[in-house]
Amino acid sequence: MSPMARTAPVPAATDPAIIRNFCIIAHIDHGKSTLADRMLQLTGVVQPRDMKAQYLDRMDIERERGITIKSQAVRMPWELDGASYALNMIDTPGHVDFTYEVSRSLAACEGAVLLVDAAQGIEAQTLANLYLAMENDLTIIPVLNKIDLPAAQPEKYAAELANLIGGDPEDVLKVSGKTGVGVEALLDKIVRDLPAPVGDPEAPARAMIFDSVYDTYRGVVTYVRVVDGKLSPRERIQMMSTRASHELLEIGVSSPEPTPSNGLGVGEVGYLITGVKDVRQSKVGDTVTNLLKPAAESLGGYADPKPMVFSGLYPIDGTDYPVLRDALDKLKLNDAALVYEPETSAALGFGFRVGFLGLLHLEITRERLEAEFNLDLISTAPNVVYEVTLEDKKVLTVTNPSEYPDGKVSEVREPMVSATILAPNEFVGTIMELCQSRRGDMKGMDYLSEDRVELRYRLPLAEIVFDFFDNLKSRTRGYASLDWKADGDQVADLVKVDILLQGEQVDAFSAITHRDKAYSYGVMMTSKLRELIPRQQFEVPIQAAIGSRIIARENIRAIRKDVLAKCYGGDISRKRKLLEKQKEGKKRMKMVGRVEVPQEAFIAALSSDDSKDKAKK
Amino acid sequence: MPSVLPLGDPAPADGLLPAQAADGAARRAFCLYVHIPFCRVRCGYCDFNTYTAKELGSGASQDEYSGTLNTELDLAARVLRDSNLPDRPLATVFFGGGTPTLLPATDLAAMLTQAESLWGLEPGAEVTTEANPDSVTPESLEILADAGFTRVSFGMQSAVPHVLKVLDRTHDPERVPQAVQWARDAGLKVSLDLIYGTPGESIADWEASLDSAIACAPDHISAYALIVEDGTKLAAQIRRGEVPGIDDDDHAAKYEIADARLAAAGFGWYEVSNWARTPDDRCRHNLAYWRGDDWWGAGPGAHSHLGGVRWWNVKHPAAYAQRLATGVSPAAGRETLDAGTRQLEHVMLQTRIIDGLRTQDLGPNGRKAVAGLIADALVDPAAAFAGTIRLTLKGRLLADAVVRRLLED
Ligand SMILES: Nc1nc2c(ncn2[C@@H]2O[C@H](COP(=O)(O)OP(=O)(O)OP(=O)(O)O)[C@@H](O)[C@H]2O)c(=O)[nH]1
Ligand SMILES: C[S@@+](CC[C@H](N)C(=O)[O-])C[C@H]1O[C@@H](n2cnc3c(N)ncnc32)[C@H](O)[C@@H]1O
Ligand code: SF4
Ligand SMILES: [Mg+2]
Repeated sequence: MSPMARTAPVPAATDPAIIRNFCIIAHIDHGKSTLADRMLQLTGVVQPRDMKAQYLDRMDIERERGITIKSQAVRMPWELDGASYALNMIDTPGHVDFTYEVSRSLAACEGAVLLVDAAQGIEAQTLANLYLAMENDLTIIPVLNKIDLPAAQPEKYAAELANLIGGDPEDVLKVSGKTGVGVEALLDKIVRDLPAPVGDPEAPARAMIFDSVYDTYRGVVTYVRVVDGKLSPRERIQMMSTRASHELLEIGVSSPEPTPSNGLGVGEVGYLITGVKDVRQSKVGDTVTNLLKPAAESLGGYADPKPMVFSGLYPIDGTDYPVLRDALDKLKLNDAALVYEPETSAALGFGFRVGFLGLLHLEITRERLEAEFNLDLISTAPNVVYEVTLEDKKVLTVTNPSEYPDGKVSEVREPMVSATILAPNEFVGTIMELCQSRRGDMKGMDYLSEDRVELRYRLPLAEIVFDFFDNLKSRTRGYASLDWKADGDQVADLVKVDILLQGEQVDAFSAITHRDKAYSYGVMMTSKLRELIPRQQFEVPIQAAIGSRIIARENIRAIRKDVLAKCYGGDISRKRKLLEKQKEGKKRMKMVGRVEVPQEAFIAALSSDDSKDKAKK
Repeated sequence: MPSVLPLGDPAPADGLLPAQAADGAARRAFCLYVHIPFCRVRCGYCDFNTYTAKELGSGASQDEYSGTLNTELDLAARVLRDSNLPDRPLATVFFGGGTPTLLPATDLAAMLTQAESLWGLEPGAEVTTEANPDSVTPESLEILADAGFTRVSFGMQSAVPHVLKVLDRTHDPERVPQAVQWARDAGLKVSLDLIYGTPGESIADWEASLDSAIACAPDHISAYALIVEDGTKLAAQIRRGEVPGIDDDDHAAKYEIADARLAAAGFGWYEVSNWARTPDDRCRHNLAYWRGDDWWGAGPGAHSHLGGVRWWNVKHPAAYAQRLATGVSPAAGRETLDAGTRQLEHVMLQTRIIDGLRTQDLGPNGRKAVAGLIADALVDPAAAFAGTIRLTLKGRLLADAVVRRLLED
């Protein structure tokens, strides 16, 4: 067998019969990107000297964190039994926040490689992504990865996988993305087992946009999967949803560098450049057709991802507000999931209320804003969205706790999720306890194998999106995994807790909590602030209140000494510089009534202690 | 003075001063500070520019020091003349350190004589030396008095052995009243330095130190809250947890106790950390710093001020001696303050002393702040209505905050 194809099939002139489109899906960290590396190497599209680990994780933030955030599609040649094939591989992210990336990728494929870490077994996102693939009617190739690890248990997990998908444990391929073992066989199996794409080459073109990315040098680059017909360079195309038309300045395939081609035909995956400057003109989910020979019916689109958590983002230096606005506009170009609108906080000044898919998404966005646009930001404690019905039947959507109406509320609804937790059965008790304390409602429990259990719960989003996963991990010594998706809403007994400094409400610290948890929030926040706010020339009471009822109270005693005892040997310059520094420091203080609160205190009070590790699931 | 020098502009090799230094000089007092950078041992809390080695290199060793310093005094006289400053006799002279009395009294006398021959002394001029209680004898004090010294300031710090131990002070507390008596016998006025808020010092310890200082019947007492300076042995001990840290509330309580006991014993405050028996006993040299008078600071790391020009000498005694040996000014850097900065310094300095700051010297925002300061009981209302910002007891403890409020823009 000579794996590397001698003659790679040429785009636009490739018979759909020799095309195989697949994505690699898995739980986070099970090795998708590393397996993709081996495929890039074996098929020869990346030369050994250019190779680096997780080649397709190109964004700085992906490399820093060692996780995939955006899907990447690559066309690779492969030869089997003397025939050449064109493979389109899409590496997908594993983190639950980016599930929508996976669904988009699946729509461009006929098959999926379901990868499972042979030392970990099936985990929550394995199931979630498998079900997504099944809903899309894809052919699944189950594969165990990391068989080089001493802790690998390929036999056991092969049985689990076979159990899950149906089939024979013998048919589960065993590979190592690290050593490359089994990867050739996997590529062969992809060619043999996955169906070729089908479409009508003579019909008007229909191509599904599954990604749209803004690039400073090339403008908007749109990734498509052609279903019917053909797209050619220089022709005019039309976006079916808006009827807007553009000229195709460039069309090609990623291999993995962009390679212009003579067009794209049925079943092919590639990119288009039309010169548009805004990804919203080239929207994910839209269908591209020929302007002169338009298709009658578009392909089904995707639902826009819905933001799950909201947080206020404020520049520490108020004059950076326009920079933040432009920066959000730019990030939005590549991130359809990002939504934001301006808001003002009495304590923090001008900023934006921003919606995110989850905490990791929040953190990554914030980090990119800071790193790529040189901003210093404060982000307020994240919250979910509430629907509040007033006594006069008016309905409000509350994305910011400080907008929660005072009194006259007849009903509050909070978003719910259905969650799946996978864990060894010894932990069932403690997991049930945790879910119970988070107002969870058990929906079912299944044994995936003798010792591994799947628990299904319906829970309030607010209860799981912040520290639930940390708790789960620590209670199960890291063995449990979690997946969740939105699942309607429910009426709940919620209250708004306000924090007052010297009687002045600090909007940035208001929170909506379940009534039973209001007290502990109040105690936590007031004592945290007592530590963080420096003493003032007068006593500062810190209170937590529900409406006018005080539920927790702390006190910052008045400062009694603020004077340097001595001025050394006439070194007045030193004393003056100290004074100038203090005056400068004062500019970084936010005034809450008469109370000076340092920016750092806001940041520290609003950030959970170890949010960094938290988001990585 | 602290070991770290400020950042400033370079100073010229000839030491010549910008024209601003001479403006209005005739109306300002002219003083001299002489830095003696030697100690027998270094106290754990101290970050003054001082050295325990006897040998620091040519011209900088203890026995050559007075000669080197006199070279700077000669240079000073030349620079003042060449920069068109008027001839002025010295209003005060202050020998500080380090431990000036580690040098033979005759050396201190020689430096004073040199200064006197260059500028002369005002009638009734104040001439002080700092001293460690265990570095003086009746004879040495006699020599100083004969040479023209009028005042000695002893580093007593505490009367309590376990506190002295944390401070690394080597003197026997019994030695203090004795040294004070010798100084009195020699006809010198006496000041005692105290430090409060040392880790492990109880309120009773502090009261005992105050009582013991008062019992010595000095003319003047300075009481400083212990500052934990970066880079000192004490800072490291606190960081490692070997010694408890210091506490601002403890400092405040002890300051209030000091003010009450000293007042009861007949000492009135005239600067945040200084009390004197009568207005005549106030340290005029110290006041010169706060009033923005002119002074030449001689010696390594010493700071000078003339009419809004501030400069400072190179820090190390060897570098200092080396410069003087080659006829180069020892100034390391300087600042020529603009009107705004001088105004800011004026508010910052004048607020600390009992004379207070005239409200007419404040900007519009500063004047607006006064009502709030009265309301917060930080400044004396009667004085304020009469046009002077004078700190109350509470205001003295919060003096830096008061200054910031007066300077708010
Ligand atoms: N020993 C061993 N380690 C592997 C193998 N494949 C991947 N890894 C390691 O597993 C970790 C995760 O690998 P990635 O390829 O980034 O995993 P991923 O599934 O792409 O992760 P996400 O994109 O964040 O979901 C890395 O530290 C890899 O080096 C393997 O076959 N053997
Ligand atoms: C140069 S010293 C006095 C002379 C002599 N070397 C002595 O220590 O006795 C001046 C005074 O500054 C005070 N002082 C020095 N370092 C201090 C610190 N870190 N905190 C508070 N006061 C300090 C002490 O009271 C000391 O007496
Ligand atoms: S004796 Fe005085 S100058 Fe010398 S180290 Fe001690 S406190 Fe500092
Ligand atoms: Mg990856």
